[in-house]
Amino acid sequence: MKVLVAVKRVIDYNVKIRVKADKTGVETANVKMSMNPFDEIAVEEAIRMKEKGKATEVIAFSAGPAQCQETIRTALAMGADRGVHVLSDAELQPLAVAKLMKAVVDKEQPGLVIVGKQAIDDDSNQTGQMLAALLGWSQGTFANKLEIGEGVAVKREVDGGLENVMLKLPAVITTDLRLNEPRYASLPNIMKAKKKPIEQLTSEALGVDVAPRLKTLKVEEPPTRKAGIKVKTVAELVEKLKNEAGVI
Amino acid sequence: MSVLVVAAHDGKTVRANVANAVAAATQIGGDVHVLVAGSGAGDAAKEAAAIAGVAKVLQAEDAAYANWMAEDVAALVVKLAPGYGHIVMAADNVGKNLMPRVAALLDVAQVSEAIQIVSPDTFVRPIYAGNAMATVQSTDKIKVVTVRPTNFKAAAGGGSAAIEQIGGAGSAGLSNYVGAEISKSERPELTSAKIVVSGGRGLASGENFKMLETLADKLGAGLGASRAAVDAGYVPNDYQVGQTGKVVAPDLYIAIGISGAIQHLAGMKDSKTIVAINKDEEAPIFQVADYGIVGDLFQIVPELTAAIEKK
Ligand SMILES: Cc1cc2nc3c(=O)[nH]c(=O)nc-3n(C[C@H](O)[C@H](O)[C@H](O)COP(=O)(O)OP(=O)(O)OC[C@H]3O[C@@H](n4cnc5c(N)ncnc54)[C@H](O)[C@@H]3O)c2cc1C
Ligand SMILES: Nc1ncnc2c1ncn2[C@@H]1O[C@H](COP(=O)(O)O)[C@@H](O)[C@H]1O
Repeated sequence: MKVLVAVKRVIDYNVKIRVKADKTGVETANVKMSMNPFDEIAVEEAIRMKEKGKATEVIAFSAGPAQCQETIRTALAMGADRGVHVLSDAELQPLAVAKLMKAVVDKEQPGLVIVGKQAIDDDSNQTGQMLAALLGWSQGTFANKLEIGEGVAVKREVDGGLENVMLKLPAVITTDLRLNEPRYASLPNIMKAKKKPIEQLTSEALGVDVAPRLKTLKVEEPPTRKAGIKVKTVAELVEKLKNEAGVI
Repeated sequence: MSVLVVAAHDGKTVRANVANAVAAATQIGGDVHVLVAGSGAGDAAKEAAAIAGVAKVLQAEDAAYANWMAEDVAALVVKLAPGYGHIVMAADNVGKNLMPRVAALLDVAQVSEAIQIVSPDTFVRPIYAGNAMATVQSTDKIKVVTVRPTNFKAAAGGGSAAIEQIGGAGSAGLSNYVGAEISKSERPELTSAKIVVSGGRGLASGENFKMLETLADKLGAGLGASRAAVDAGYVPNDYQVGQTGKVVAPDLYIAIGISGAIQHLAGMKDSKTIVAINKDEEAPIFQVADYGIVGDLFQIVPELTAAIEKK
Protein backbone atom coordinates (compact mmCIF):
# COMPACT_ATOMS: atom_id res chain seq x y z
CA MET A 1 0.00 0.00 0.00
CA LYS A 2 1.29 3.43 -0.97
CA VAL A 3 0.87 6.22 1.57
CA LEU A 4 0.59 9.85 0.48
CA VAL A 5 1.46 12.51 3.06
CA ALA A 6 0.92 16.25 2.75
CA VAL A 7 3.60 18.68 3.88
CA LYS A 8 2.87 22.39 3.95
CA ARG A 9 5.55 25.06 4.10
CA VAL A 10 4.56 27.54 6.80
CA ILE A 11 6.13 30.27 8.93
CA ASP A 12 7.98 28.49 11.73
CA TYR A 13 5.89 28.15 14.89
CA ASN A 14 8.51 30.01 16.93
CA VAL A 15 8.33 33.15 14.80
CA LYS A 16 6.35 36.08 16.17
CA ILE A 17 4.50 37.08 13.03
CA ARG A 18 3.98 40.68 11.96
CA VAL A 19 1.00 42.04 10.08
CA LYS A 20 1.93 44.08 7.01
CA ALA A 21 1.34 47.81 7.30
CA ASP A 22 -0.92 47.81 4.22
CA LYS A 23 -3.12 45.13 5.86
CA THR A 24 -2.81 42.73 2.91
CA GLY A 25 -1.37 39.88 4.95
CA VAL A 26 1.53 38.98 7.21
CA GLU A 27 5.21 39.67 6.58
CA THR A 28 6.88 36.61 5.01
CA ALA A 29 10.09 38.17 3.68
CA ASN A 30 13.18 36.96 5.59
CA VAL A 31 11.08 34.92 7.96
CA LYS A 32 12.05 31.38 8.98
CA MET A 33 9.87 28.80 7.23
CA SER A 34 9.39 25.17 8.29
CA MET A 35 7.23 22.15 7.72
CA ASN A 36 3.84 22.52 9.40
CA PRO A 37 4.30 20.68 12.75
CA PHE A 38 1.24 18.47 12.22
CA ASP A 39 2.73 17.37 8.90
CA GLU A 40 5.96 16.23 10.58
CA ILE A 41 3.68 13.95 12.60
CA ALA A 42 2.03 12.77 9.35
CA VAL A 43 5.40 11.97 7.76
CA GLU A 44 6.59 10.17 10.89
CA GLU A 45 3.46 8.00 10.98
CA ALA A 46 3.83 7.03 7.33
CA ILE A 47 7.49 6.16 7.76
CA ARG A 48 6.71 4.01 10.78
CA MET A 49 4.12 2.17 8.69
CA LYS A 50 6.75 1.49 6.09
CA GLU A 51 9.20 0.31 8.74
CA LYS A 52 6.55 -2.10 10.05
CA GLY A 53 5.87 -3.42 6.56
CA LYS A 54 2.38 -1.89 6.42
CA ALA A 55 3.30 0.59 3.67
CA THR A 56 5.32 -0.02 0.53
CA GLU A 57 6.12 3.54 -0.43
CA VAL A 58 5.76 6.97 1.16
CA ILE A 59 5.12 9.91 -1.16
CA ALA A 60 5.36 13.48 0.15
CA PHE A 61 3.07 16.07 -1.46
CA SER A 62 3.36 19.83 -1.24
CA ALA A 63 1.66 22.62 -3.13
CA GLY A 64 2.98 26.15 -3.36
CA PRO A 65 6.02 28.13 -4.46
CA ALA A 66 9.38 26.69 -5.56
CA GLN A 67 10.68 26.64 -1.95
CA CYS A 68 8.16 23.90 -1.10
CA GLN A 69 10.82 21.61 -2.52
CA GLU A 70 12.82 22.25 0.67
CA THR A 71 9.85 21.10 2.73
CA ILE A 72 9.55 17.98 0.59
CA ARG A 73 13.33 17.40 1.03
CA THR A 74 12.82 17.48 4.78
CA ALA A 75 10.18 14.75 4.43
CA LEU A 76 12.53 12.76 2.20
CA ALA A 77 15.32 13.15 4.76
CA MET A 78 12.99 11.82 7.45
CA GLY A 79 12.43 8.75 5.25
CA ALA A 80 9.79 9.43 2.60
CA ASP A 81 10.66 7.82 -0.76
CA ARG A 82 9.79 10.49 -3.27
CA GLY A 83 8.04 13.81 -3.64
CA VAL A 84 5.31 15.43 -5.68
CA HIS A 85 5.36 19.20 -5.88
CA VAL A 86 2.54 21.23 -7.40
CA LEU A 87 4.20 24.51 -8.25
CA SER A 88 1.99 27.53 -7.72
CA ASP A 89 2.62 31.11 -6.69
CA ALA A 90 -1.09 31.77 -6.25
CA GLU A 91 -2.82 31.73 -2.86
CA LEU A 92 -3.99 28.16 -2.33
CA GLN A 93 -7.00 27.71 -0.08
CA PRO A 94 -7.92 24.34 1.48
CA LEU A 95 -10.52 23.45 -1.18
CA ALA A 96 -7.95 24.07 -3.93
CA VAL A 97 -5.30 22.01 -2.12
CA ALA A 98 -7.82 19.19 -1.63
CA LYS A 99 -8.58 19.23 -5.36
CA LEU A 100 -4.88 19.17 -6.25
CA MET A 101 -4.36 16.27 -3.85
CA LYS A 102 -7.31 14.44 -5.34
CA ALA A 103 -5.74 14.73 -8.78
CA VAL A 104 -2.51 13.27 -7.41
CA VAL A 105 -4.41 10.52 -5.58
CA ASP A 106 -6.18 9.61 -8.84
CA LYS A 107 -2.76 9.19 -10.48
CA GLU A 108 -0.90 7.49 -7.64
CA GLN A 109 -3.70 5.37 -6.12
CA PRO A 110 -2.44 5.35 -2.52
CA GLY A 111 -4.31 3.24 0.04
CA LEU A 112 -3.99 5.90 2.71
CA VAL A 113 -3.50 9.66 2.79
CA ILE A 114 -2.21 11.36 5.95
CA VAL A 115 -2.39 15.14 6.36
CA GLY A 116 -2.04 17.45 9.34
CA LYS A 117 -5.16 18.37 11.28
CA GLN A 118 -4.45 22.05 10.90
CA ALA A 119 -1.98 24.34 9.15
CA ILE A 120 -0.62 26.75 11.77
CA ASP A 121 -0.74 29.69 9.36
CA ASP A 122 -4.34 29.74 8.11
CA ASP A 123 -5.63 27.63 11.05
CA SER A 124 -8.31 26.25 8.70
CA ASN A 125 -8.52 22.60 9.75
CA GLN A 126 -10.26 21.66 6.48
CA THR A 127 -8.02 20.07 3.87
CA GLY A 128 -8.15 16.44 5.00
CA GLN A 129 -11.92 16.40 5.47
CA MET A 130 -12.36 18.07 2.06
CA LEU A 131 -10.09 15.58 0.35
CA ALA A 132 -11.99 12.66 1.90
CA ALA A 133 -15.24 14.21 0.64
CA LEU A 134 -13.95 14.69 -2.91
CA LEU A 135 -12.66 11.12 -3.02
CA GLY A 136 -15.75 9.65 -1.37
CA TRP A 137 -13.43 8.07 1.23
CA SER A 138 -13.74 7.66 4.98
CA GLN A 139 -12.04 10.17 7.24
CA GLY A 140 -10.22 9.71 10.53
CA THR A 141 -9.62 13.19 11.85
CA PHE A 142 -7.53 14.29 14.86
CA ALA A 143 -5.87 10.89 15.08
CA ASN A 144 -4.18 9.96 18.34
CA LYS A 145 -3.46 6.37 17.32
CA LEU A 146 -3.70 4.34 14.10
CA GLU A 147 -3.76 0.64 13.51
CA ILE A 148 -3.80 -0.77 10.01
CA GLY A 149 -5.46 -4.11 9.43
CA GLU A 150 -8.34 -5.01 7.18
CA GLY A 151 -9.40 -1.39 7.65
CA VAL A 152 -7.85 1.26 9.80
CA ALA A 153 -8.69 1.61 13.48
CA VAL A 154 -8.40 5.23 14.53
CA LYS A 155 -8.38 6.64 18.04
CA ARG A 156 -9.53 10.25 17.70
CA GLU A 157 -9.03 13.20 20.05
CA VAL A 158 -12.50 14.62 20.65
CA ASP A 159 -14.01 17.26 22.94
CA GLY A 160 -14.73 14.90 25.80
CA GLY A 161 -11.72 12.60 25.51
CA LEU A 162 -11.04 9.90 22.95
CA GLU A 163 -13.21 8.11 20.40
CA ASN A 164 -12.55 4.90 18.50
CA VAL A 165 -13.70 4.43 14.93
CA MET A 166 -13.10 1.77 12.31
CA LEU A 167 -12.64 3.03 8.76
CA LYS A 168 -12.80 1.25 5.45
CA LEU A 169 -9.67 1.65 3.35
CA PRO A 170 -8.75 3.72 1.42
CA ALA A 171 -9.02 6.52 3.96
CA VAL A 172 -7.84 10.00 4.78
CA ILE A 173 -6.29 10.57 8.21
CA THR A 174 -5.53 13.89 9.89
CA THR A 175 -2.94 13.93 12.66
CA ASP A 176 -3.26 15.27 16.17
CA LEU A 177 -0.34 16.15 18.43
CA ARG A 178 -0.18 12.90 20.39
CA LEU A 179 -0.06 10.51 17.40
CA ASN A 180 3.73 10.23 17.60
CA GLU A 181 6.92 12.14 18.18
CA PRO A 182 8.53 12.97 14.85
CA ARG A 183 12.18 12.04 14.40
CA TYR A 184 14.99 14.33 13.38
CA ALA A 185 16.62 13.54 10.06
CA SER A 186 20.17 12.16 10.42
CA LEU A 187 22.98 13.66 8.39
CA PRO A 188 23.42 10.57 6.16
CA ASN A 189 19.68 10.61 5.48
CA ILE A 190 19.78 14.29 4.61
CA MET A 191 22.52 13.45 2.07
CA LYS A 192 20.53 10.52 0.70
CA ALA A 193 17.43 12.67 0.38
CA LYS A 194 19.19 14.90 -2.13
CA LYS A 195 19.09 12.05 -4.64
CA LYS A 196 15.46 11.13 -4.14
CA PRO A 197 13.16 12.23 -6.98
CA ILE A 198 10.66 15.09 -6.75
CA GLU A 199 8.14 15.27 -9.56
CA GLN A 200 6.95 18.76 -10.41
CA LEU A 201 3.41 19.41 -11.60
CA THR A 202 1.18 22.42 -12.10
CA SER A 203 -2.49 22.99 -11.40
CA GLU A 204 -3.02 23.56 -15.14
CA ALA A 205 -1.48 20.20 -16.01
CA LEU A 206 -3.68 18.57 -13.37
CA GLY A 207 -6.72 20.42 -14.69
CA VAL A 208 -7.59 21.93 -11.32
CA ASP A 209 -9.10 25.39 -10.87
CA VAL A 210 -7.37 26.83 -7.80
CA ALA A 211 -8.96 30.28 -7.79
CA PRO A 212 -9.61 31.35 -4.17
CA ARG A 213 -13.27 31.33 -3.10
CA LEU A 214 -12.65 33.53 -0.09
CA LYS A 215 -11.44 37.03 -0.81
CA THR A 216 -9.22 38.40 1.93
CA LEU A 217 -10.36 41.99 2.37
CA LYS A 218 -7.87 42.85 5.09
CA VAL A 219 -5.59 41.40 7.72
CA GLU A 220 -5.18 43.30 10.96
CA GLU A 221 -3.44 43.14 14.32
CA PRO A 222 -5.63 41.66 17.03
CA PRO A 223 -6.61 43.92 19.91
CA THR A 224 -3.89 43.75 22.55
CA ARG A 225 -4.47 43.27 26.25
CA LYS A 226 -3.24 45.88 28.64
CA ALA A 227 -0.43 44.48 30.77
CA GLY A 228 -1.67 44.13 34.32
CA ILE A 229 0.04 44.32 37.66
CA LYS A 230 2.07 41.99 39.82
CA VAL A 231 0.79 41.36 43.29
CA LYS A 232 3.05 40.43 46.18
CA THR A 233 0.86 38.17 48.25
CA VAL A 234 -1.98 35.73 47.89
CA ALA A 235 -4.09 37.89 50.20
CA GLU A 236 -3.62 40.84 47.85
CA LEU A 237 -4.57 38.66 44.87
CA VAL A 238 -7.76 37.44 46.51
CA GLU A 239 -8.67 41.00 47.50
CA LYS A 240 -8.22 42.22 43.92
CA LEU A 241 -10.18 39.34 42.44
CA LYS A 242 -13.02 40.05 44.84
CA ASN A 243 -13.19 43.81 44.91
CA GLU A 244 -11.49 45.06 41.74
CA ALA A 245 -12.27 42.38 39.14
CA GLY A 246 -15.36 41.08 40.93
CA VAL A 247 -14.82 37.57 39.58
CA ILE A 248 -14.84 35.54 42.78
CA MET B 1 -32.57 33.06 2.43
CA SER B 2 -32.65 30.90 5.55
CA VAL B 3 -29.75 29.76 7.69
CA LEU B 4 -29.31 26.12 8.69
CA VAL B 5 -27.61 25.56 12.04
CA VAL B 6 -26.32 22.03 12.55
CA ALA B 7 -26.63 20.97 16.19
CA ALA B 8 -24.28 18.58 17.91
CA HIS B 9 -26.00 16.69 20.71
CA ASP B 10 -25.89 13.48 22.71
CA GLY B 11 -29.49 12.47 21.94
CA LYS B 12 -30.88 13.95 25.16
CA THR B 13 -29.42 17.43 25.14
CA VAL B 14 -27.96 19.67 22.48
CA ARG B 15 -24.50 21.01 23.20
CA ALA B 16 -24.46 24.37 24.95
CA ASN B 17 -22.67 25.91 21.96
CA VAL B 18 -25.72 25.38 19.71
CA ALA B 19 -27.25 28.47 21.35
CA ASN B 20 -24.11 30.41 20.43
CA ALA B 21 -24.30 29.18 16.84
CA VAL B 22 -27.98 30.20 16.70
CA ALA B 23 -26.96 33.67 17.92
CA ALA B 24 -24.44 33.91 15.06
CA ALA B 25 -27.06 32.67 12.59
CA THR B 26 -29.52 35.28 13.84
CA GLN B 27 -26.92 37.97 13.12
CA ILE B 28 -26.63 36.71 9.55
CA GLY B 29 -30.37 37.19 9.15
CA GLY B 30 -33.26 35.24 7.65
CA ASP B 31 -35.13 32.31 9.18
CA VAL B 32 -32.99 30.12 11.38
CA HIS B 33 -33.56 26.36 11.13
CA VAL B 34 -31.76 23.83 13.31
CA LEU B 35 -30.90 20.34 12.13
CA VAL B 36 -30.92 17.66 14.81
CA ALA B 37 -29.77 14.43 13.22
CA GLY B 38 -29.63 11.40 15.43
CA SER B 39 -31.08 8.17 16.61
CA GLY B 40 -33.68 8.72 19.32
CA ALA B 41 -32.90 12.42 19.41
CA GLY B 42 -36.42 13.63 20.27
CA ASP B 43 -35.36 15.28 23.53
CA ALA B 44 -32.48 17.07 21.85
CA ALA B 45 -34.83 18.28 19.11
CA LYS B 46 -37.22 19.64 21.75
CA GLU B 47 -34.35 21.44 23.43
CA ALA B 48 -33.28 22.98 20.12
CA ALA B 49 -36.86 24.11 19.50
CA ALA B 50 -36.74 26.08 22.75
CA ILE B 51 -33.76 28.23 21.70
CA ALA B 52 -34.96 31.78 21.03
CA GLY B 53 -34.77 32.80 17.39
CA VAL B 54 -35.20 29.31 15.96
CA ALA B 55 -38.02 29.18 13.39
CA LYS B 56 -38.00 25.44 12.78
CA VAL B 57 -36.21 22.29 13.90
CA LEU B 58 -35.54 19.55 11.38
CA GLN B 59 -35.26 16.21 13.13
CA ALA B 60 -33.64 13.49 11.05
CA GLU B 61 -33.95 10.07 12.67
CA ASP B 62 -31.62 7.38 11.36
CA ALA B 63 -29.49 4.76 13.08
CA ALA B 64 -26.63 6.02 10.89
CA TYR B 65 -26.56 9.33 12.79
CA ALA B 66 -26.28 7.87 16.28
CA ASN B 67 -22.61 8.68 16.65
CA TRP B 68 -22.09 11.61 14.36
CA MET B 69 -19.98 9.92 11.73
CA ALA B 70 -19.14 12.74 9.32
CA GLU B 71 -19.39 10.52 6.25
CA ASP B 72 -23.08 9.90 6.93
CA VAL B 73 -24.21 13.20 8.43
CA ALA B 74 -22.48 15.21 5.66
CA ALA B 75 -24.58 13.47 3.02
CA LEU B 76 -27.75 14.54 4.86
CA VAL B 77 -26.64 18.17 5.25
CA VAL B 78 -25.71 18.32 1.58
CA LYS B 79 -29.18 17.09 0.66
CA LEU B 80 -30.75 19.93 2.66
CA ALA B 81 -28.25 22.60 1.56
CA PRO B 82 -29.94 23.90 -1.60
CA GLY B 83 -32.69 25.44 0.54
CA TYR B 84 -30.23 27.60 2.46
CA GLY B 85 -27.87 30.53 1.98
CA HIS B 86 -25.74 29.60 4.98
CA ILE B 87 -24.88 26.47 6.91
CA VAL B 88 -23.53 27.25 10.36
CA MET B 89 -22.09 25.12 13.13
CA ALA B 90 -20.08 25.71 16.29
CA ALA B 91 -16.37 25.18 15.73
CA ASP B 92 -16.03 22.33 18.19
CA ASN B 93 -14.68 18.90 17.38
CA VAL B 94 -17.90 17.73 15.77
CA GLY B 95 -18.20 20.86 13.62
CA LYS B 96 -14.56 20.78 12.60
CA ASN B 97 -14.90 17.16 11.53
CA LEU B 98 -18.17 17.54 9.66
CA MET B 99 -18.39 20.95 8.02
CA PRO B 100 -15.36 20.85 5.68
CA ARG B 101 -16.75 17.59 4.31
CA VAL B 102 -20.07 19.31 3.67
CA ALA B 103 -18.35 22.31 2.04
CA ALA B 104 -16.25 20.19 -0.32
CA LEU B 105 -19.29 18.14 -1.40
CA LEU B 106 -21.02 21.44 -2.22
CA ASP B 107 -17.86 22.69 -3.95
CA VAL B 108 -17.70 25.74 -1.71
CA ALA B 109 -15.11 27.13 0.69
CA GLN B 110 -15.52 26.95 4.44
CA VAL B 111 -15.01 29.93 6.71
CA SER B 112 -13.38 28.42 9.81
CA GLU B 113 -13.97 29.75 13.32
CA ALA B 114 -15.60 33.06 12.48
CA ILE B 115 -15.47 35.42 15.46
CA GLN B 116 -17.53 38.19 13.90
CA ILE B 117 -20.23 38.45 11.24
CA VAL B 118 -19.53 41.68 9.32
CA SER B 119 -22.26 41.08 6.76
CA PRO B 120 -23.96 37.96 5.38
CA ASP B 121 -20.96 37.26 3.13
CA THR B 122 -18.13 38.78 5.18
CA PHE B 123 -16.57 37.35 8.33
CA VAL B 124 -13.64 37.99 10.65
CA ARG B 125 -11.54 35.00 11.61
CA PRO B 126 -8.28 34.60 13.51
CA ILE B 127 -5.20 33.27 11.71
CA TYR B 128 -1.66 32.52 12.96
CA ALA B 129 -2.85 31.48 16.42
CA GLY B 130 -4.86 34.65 16.78
CA ASN B 131 -1.89 36.90 16.06
CA ALA B 132 -3.72 38.32 13.05
CA MET B 133 -7.38 38.81 12.21
CA ALA B 134 -8.46 38.23 8.62
CA THR B 135 -11.63 39.72 7.16
CA VAL B 136 -12.78 37.38 4.41
CA GLN B 137 -15.57 37.63 1.91
CA SER B 138 -17.15 34.49 0.52
CA THR B 139 -17.92 34.42 -3.19
CA ASP B 140 -19.79 31.11 -2.97
CA LYS B 141 -23.53 30.72 -3.33
CA ILE B 142 -23.87 28.70 -0.14
CA LYS B 143 -21.72 29.85 2.74
CA VAL B 144 -20.44 27.16 5.06
CA VAL B 145 -19.27 28.74 8.30
CA THR B 146 -18.06 27.43 11.63
CA VAL B 147 -18.27 29.97 14.44
CA ARG B 148 -16.23 30.29 17.62
CA PRO B 149 -18.86 29.92 20.35
CA THR B 150 -17.10 32.18 22.87
CA ASN B 151 -17.51 35.15 20.51
CA PHE B 152 -21.30 34.94 20.25
CA LYS B 153 -23.47 35.41 23.31
CA ALA B 154 -25.75 32.39 23.58
CA ALA B 155 -29.33 32.88 22.38
CA ALA B 156 -31.82 32.72 25.25
CA GLY B 157 -34.35 29.97 25.88
CA GLY B 158 -38.12 30.25 25.85
CA GLY B 159 -38.67 29.63 22.14
CA SER B 160 -41.19 27.17 20.79
CA ALA B 161 -40.27 26.30 17.22
CA ALA B 162 -42.08 23.57 15.30
CA ILE B 163 -40.28 20.26 14.94
CA GLU B 164 -40.45 18.69 11.49
CA GLN B 165 -39.51 15.05 10.94
CA ILE B 166 -37.44 14.76 7.78
CA GLY B 167 -36.12 11.20 7.85
CA GLY B 168 -32.57 10.08 7.22
CA ALA B 169 -30.39 9.30 4.24
CA GLY B 170 -28.88 6.08 5.57
CA SER B 171 -25.26 5.09 5.97
CA ALA B 172 -22.53 5.32 3.35
CA GLY B 173 -20.93 2.28 4.96
CA LEU B 174 -17.51 3.90 5.01
CA SER B 175 -16.93 4.06 8.74
CA ASN B 176 -18.11 2.56 12.01
CA TYR B 177 -18.21 3.96 15.50
CA VAL B 178 -16.56 1.61 17.95
CA GLY B 179 -16.71 3.42 21.28
CA ALA B 180 -15.43 6.28 23.32
CA GLU B 181 -13.15 6.84 26.27
CA ILE B 182 -14.77 9.92 27.71
CA SER B 183 -13.23 11.62 30.71
CA LYS B 184 -15.87 11.73 33.42
CA SER B 185 -15.96 14.83 35.53
CA GLU B 186 -18.34 16.57 37.86
CA ARG B 187 -16.64 19.87 37.10
CA PRO B 188 -18.10 22.47 34.74
CA GLU B 189 -17.28 21.89 31.09
CA LEU B 190 -14.13 23.77 30.08
CA THR B 191 -15.53 25.86 27.23
CA SER B 192 -18.56 27.11 29.15
CA ALA B 193 -17.15 27.39 32.69
CA LYS B 194 -17.19 30.84 34.31
CA ILE B 195 -13.82 30.16 35.92
CA VAL B 196 -11.02 28.01 34.50
CA VAL B 197 -7.97 26.79 36.41
CA SER B 198 -5.20 25.62 34.06
CA GLY B 199 -1.92 23.89 34.78
CA GLY B 200 1.25 23.53 32.75
CA ARG B 201 4.56 21.76 32.77
CA GLY B 202 5.35 23.56 36.01
CA LEU B 203 3.04 21.11 37.80
CA ALA B 204 5.73 18.48 37.16
CA SER B 205 3.37 15.46 37.47
CA GLY B 206 -0.18 14.25 37.09
CA GLU B 207 -0.28 13.62 40.83
CA ASN B 208 0.32 17.33 41.46
CA PHE B 209 -2.71 18.24 39.36
CA LYS B 210 -4.81 17.08 42.35
CA MET B 211 -3.80 20.37 43.93
CA LEU B 212 -5.46 22.21 41.04
CA GLU B 213 -8.54 20.02 41.31
CA THR B 214 -8.98 21.11 44.91
CA LEU B 215 -8.66 24.75 43.91
CA ALA B 216 -11.02 24.28 40.95
CA ASP B 217 -13.62 22.57 43.13
CA LYS B 218 -13.54 25.41 45.61
CA LEU B 219 -14.06 27.93 42.82
CA GLY B 220 -16.59 25.86 40.91
CA ALA B 221 -14.15 26.03 38.03
CA GLY B 222 -13.37 23.95 34.96
CA LEU B 223 -9.91 22.42 34.65
CA GLY B 224 -7.59 23.05 31.69
CA ALA B 225 -3.97 22.52 30.76
CA SER B 226 -1.19 23.48 28.39
CA ARG B 227 -0.09 21.18 25.62
CA ALA B 228 3.09 20.38 27.55
CA ALA B 229 1.03 19.06 30.48
CA VAL B 230 -1.09 16.93 28.14
CA ASP B 231 1.89 15.62 26.17
CA ALA B 232 3.59 14.66 29.42
CA GLY B 233 0.50 12.63 30.34
CA TYR B 234 -0.40 14.67 33.45
CA VAL B 235 -3.98 15.10 32.17
CA PRO B 236 -6.13 13.82 29.25
CA ASN B 237 -6.04 15.42 25.79
CA ASP B 238 -9.40 17.15 26.17
CA TYR B 239 -7.92 19.46 28.83
CA GLN B 240 -5.73 21.24 26.25
CA VAL B 241 -6.38 24.95 25.84
CA GLY B 242 -4.89 26.74 22.85
CA GLN B 243 -4.48 27.21 19.13
CA THR B 244 -4.95 23.53 18.49
CA GLY B 245 -6.95 22.70 21.58
CA LYS B 246 -9.99 24.36 23.11
CA VAL B 247 -10.76 28.06 23.11
CA VAL B 248 -12.06 29.41 26.39
CA ALA B 249 -13.13 32.88 27.47
CA PRO B 250 -14.23 32.64 31.11
CA ASP B 251 -14.63 35.52 33.55
CA LEU B 252 -11.51 34.29 35.33
CA TYR B 253 -8.62 32.22 33.94
CA ILE B 254 -5.88 31.15 36.33
CA ALA B 255 -2.70 29.96 34.55
CA ILE B 256 -0.48 27.99 36.89
CA GLY B 257 3.03 26.91 35.85
CA ILE B 258 2.29 27.87 32.26
CA SER B 259 4.86 29.96 30.39
CA GLY B 260 2.41 31.58 27.96
CA ALA B 261 3.51 30.40 24.51
CA ILE B 262 1.52 32.05 21.69
CA GLN B 263 -0.14 28.70 20.99
CA HIS B 264 -1.49 28.67 24.53
CA LEU B 265 -2.48 32.35 24.56
CA ALA B 266 -4.53 31.73 21.40
CA GLY B 267 -6.95 29.69 23.48
CA MET B 268 -7.42 31.94 26.51
CA LYS B 269 -6.49 35.55 25.88
CA ASP B 270 -10.13 36.60 25.46
CA SER B 271 -10.76 35.72 29.11
CA LYS B 272 -12.12 38.64 31.10
CA THR B 273 -9.60 38.46 33.94
CA ILE B 274 -6.35 36.51 33.72
CA VAL B 275 -4.23 35.48 36.70
CA ALA B 276 -0.76 34.01 36.25
CA ILE B 277 1.22 32.11 38.85
CA ASN B 278 4.78 31.48 37.71
CA LYS B 279 8.20 31.42 39.34
CA ASP B 280 9.83 33.08 36.33
CA GLU B 281 9.05 36.78 36.36
CA GLU B 282 10.02 37.00 32.68
CA ALA B 283 7.42 34.40 31.61
CA PRO B 284 5.37 35.77 28.67
CA ILE B 285 2.13 34.85 30.43
CA PHE B 286 2.62 37.95 32.60
CA GLN B 287 2.23 40.13 29.47
CA VAL B 288 -1.44 39.16 29.23
CA ALA B 289 -2.18 38.66 32.93
CA ASP B 290 -4.23 41.23 34.82
CA TYR B 291 -2.79 39.93 38.06
CA GLY B 292 0.53 38.15 38.19
CA ILE B 293 2.16 36.56 41.17
CA VAL B 294 5.80 35.51 40.95
CA GLY B 295 6.68 32.53 43.04
CA ASP B 296 6.63 28.79 43.56
CA LEU B 297 3.24 27.36 42.66
CA PHE B 298 3.65 24.59 45.22
CA GLN B 299 3.55 27.24 47.91
CA ILE B 300 1.10 29.69 46.29
CA VAL B 301 -1.62 27.31 45.16
CA PRO B 302 -2.31 25.80 48.62
CA GLU B 303 -2.26 29.29 50.08
CA LEU B 304 -4.72 30.52 47.46
CA THR B 305 -6.94 27.49 47.97
CA ALA B 306 -7.05 28.16 51.69
CA ALA B 307 -7.83 31.84 51.15
CA ILE B 308 -10.84 31.21 48.96
CA GLU B 309 -14.18 30.60 50.56
CA LYS B 310 -15.97 27.64 49.18
CA LYS B 311 -18.77 28.51 46.78
C1 LIG C 1 1.72 22.85 16.30
C2 LIG C 1 1.71 23.25 17.73
C3 LIG C 1 0.51 23.39 18.37
C4 LIG C 1 0.47 23.74 19.71
N1 LIG C 1 -0.73 23.88 20.31
C5 LIG C 1 -0.77 24.22 21.62
C6 LIG C 1 -2.02 24.40 22.30
O1 LIG C 1 -3.10 24.27 21.70
N2 LIG C 1 -1.99 24.71 23.61
C7 LIG C 1 -0.81 24.89 24.32
O2 LIG C 1 -0.85 25.15 25.53
N3 LIG C 1 0.36 24.74 23.69
C8 LIG C 1 0.41 24.40 22.38
N4 LIG C 1 1.63 24.23 21.78
C9 LIG C 1 2.85 24.19 22.63
C10 LIG C 1 3.41 25.54 23.01
O3 LIG C 1 4.26 26.01 22.00
C11 LIG C 1 4.23 25.40 24.31
O4 LIG C 1 5.24 24.45 24.12
C12 LIG C 1 3.37 24.98 25.52
O5 LIG C 1 2.24 25.80 25.62
C13 LIG C 1 4.21 25.07 26.77
O6 LIG C 1 3.49 24.58 27.87
P1 LIG C 1 3.85 25.07 29.34
O7 LIG C 1 3.70 26.54 29.42
O8 LIG C 1 3.08 24.24 30.29
O9 LIG C 1 5.37 24.61 29.50
P2 LIG C 1 6.68 25.49 29.60
O10 LIG C 1 6.82 26.41 28.47
O11 LIG C 1 7.79 24.51 29.87
O12 LIG C 1 6.44 26.38 30.88
C14 LIG C 1 6.38 25.90 32.19
C15 LIG C 1 6.31 27.12 33.09
O13 LIG C 1 6.16 26.71 34.44
C16 LIG C 1 6.94 27.55 35.26
N5 LIG C 1 7.23 26.79 36.48
C17 LIG C 1 7.95 25.65 36.58
N6 LIG C 1 7.98 25.23 37.87
C18 LIG C 1 7.25 26.12 38.58
C19 LIG C 1 6.93 26.24 39.95
N7 LIG C 1 7.33 25.32 40.87
N8 LIG C 1 6.19 27.29 40.35
C20 LIG C 1 5.77 28.23 39.45
N9 LIG C 1 6.06 28.16 38.15
C21 LIG C 1 6.79 27.11 37.71
C22 LIG C 1 8.15 27.89 34.45
O14 LIG C 1 8.74 29.10 34.89
C23 LIG C 1 7.57 27.98 33.05
O15 LIG C 1 7.21 29.31 32.73
C24 LIG C 1 1.68 23.93 20.42
C25 LIG C 1 2.90 23.82 19.76
C26 LIG C 1 2.93 23.49 18.42
C27 LIG C 1 4.24 23.38 17.74
N1 LIG D 1 -0.29 23.93 0.25
C1 LIG D 1 -0.28 22.75 0.89
N2 LIG D 1 0.65 21.82 0.55
C2 LIG D 1 0.68 20.64 1.20
N3 LIG D 1 -0.18 20.28 2.16
C3 LIG D 1 -1.11 21.15 2.53
C4 LIG D 1 -1.22 22.44 1.93
N4 LIG D 1 -2.26 23.07 2.50
C5 LIG D 1 -2.78 22.24 3.44
N5 LIG D 1 -2.09 21.08 3.45
C6 LIG D 1 -2.32 19.90 4.32
O1 LIG D 1 -3.57 20.02 4.96
C7 LIG D 1 -3.41 20.10 6.38
C8 LIG D 1 -4.48 20.99 6.97
O2 LIG D 1 -4.39 22.29 6.47
P1 LIG D 1 -5.53 23.37 6.65
O3 LIG D 1 -6.79 22.75 6.19
O4 LIG D 1 -5.10 24.53 5.80
O5 LIG D 1 -5.54 23.74 8.11
C9 LIG D 1 -1.98 20.56 6.58
O6 LIG D 1 -1.48 20.15 7.84
C10 LIG D 1 -1.28 19.85 5.43
O7 LIG D 1 -1.05 18.50 5.74
